[in-house]
Amino acid sequence: MSPAEYDYLRQFLKSRSGLVLSNEKQYLIESRLLPVARKAGLQSIAALVAKLKEPRETTLAEAVVEAMTTNESFFYRDKTPFEHFTQMMMPELLKARASSKKIRIWCAAASTGQEPYTLAMCLKEMESKLAGWRIEILGTDISNEVLDRAKAGTYTQFEVQRGLPIQLLLKYFTQQGESWTISPQLRSMVQWKKFNLLESFASFGQFDIVFCRNVLIYFDQATKVDILGRISKIMAPDGYLVLGAAETVVGLTDAFKPAPDRRGLYVPAAAIAQPAPRFSALAAAARG
Amino acid sequence: MKTCLVVDDSSVIRKVARRILEDLSFTILEAEDGQQALEKCQETMPDAILLDWNMPVMDGLEFLAQLRKLDGGDTPKVVFCTTENDVGHIARAIRAGANEYIMKPFDREIVEAKFQEVGLL
Repeated sequence: MSPAEYDYLRQFLKSRSGLVLSNEKQYLIESRLLPVARKAGLQSIAALVAKLKEPRETTLAEAVVEAMTTNESFFYRDKTPFEHFTQMMMPELLKARASSKKIRIWCAAASTGQEPYTLAMCLKEMESKLAGWRIEILGTDISNEVLDRAKAGTYTQFEVQRGLPIQLLLKYFTQQGESWTISPQLRSMVQWKKFNLLESFASFGQFDIVFCRNVLIYFDQATKVDILGRISKIMAPDGYLVLGAAETVVGLTDAFKPAPDRRGLYVPAAAIAQPAPRFSALAAAARG
Repeated sequence: MKTCLVVDDSSVIRKVARRILEDLSFTILEAEDGQQALEKCQETMPDAILLDWNMPVMDGLEFLAQLRKLDGGDTPKVVFCTTENDVGHIARAIRAGANEYIMKPFDREIVEAKFQEVGLL
């Protein structure tokens, strides 16, 4: 691939998806895009680039974005966020939302669905506390292909063995040969929508919990700042933001602050400035 | 350093498992069937057991039942690792006291995930 073609693809991916590729990711482009090119009857990356430059070439453009932005996901990935979810976020929100009995959760890079389904399993496991509650989980991703897989809820034997405890596999999945499908009941707990994080969040309403894990790493600084800022505007003041294990808001935005002693968990900055219920409750407990 | 007893009649599988588990800082013991494994456990109880199901002399399920009756036999974390991949087998293994279950073929990530799951890592 020529430097000009590489630059074109970098520019193309940046403007379409926000994906930022450093100077030496030719191998990544080739390994991901050669199959896309061949599927479209093209023999090389050069031919693919030429085709992308044609006006109104949308199918191929989408396929290119999907191939470059698709990443592997696991059930219960990193574990800790889901412990925070069941042990802290949900108990606090069950108190704070006692009158509305409504909690809304957004998985902003849902990929093949493991993260939203993990949250659904966590909720199912605490079902006795949720009678009369309405809990929404919205899973979005830029790629139609992964969303189709997420909706189907069918995973390979390899995928169900990375992070999913065996008891939960038996409890919530049915087997067809070497693939496993999550139960219709859990599938019905998640709604799916194709969505590009560069677009406006205006139609989403307000969320109490946002999981935005392992996606900001693909964006440049300005895009990260922009996305975090816009997430803060659609979050409840006492809501929670969960980032990936290697990600942080520190140095990017003042809209969120790390939650004390909860790695990877962030809260809207306003919640710390004002004595929000959870902190005053903690303070009261400490005083008592 | 934690010890893991790898029980499998295939020397290839034992070798693969040994390589993965040594990288995860386990000291490895090996046994070719349930009977040998039981004898090893009577000498020293390992922290973990990676256990095949179908083996000559004594199979994995029988070994597990015998192990759990031994003095201190409830302490090792037992992770089945077998080609038996149907719900019936998995459920029987769990009922018999297995802590986790790996369906072959497996790779490094699966072993690591499962050992994490039972608190060995």
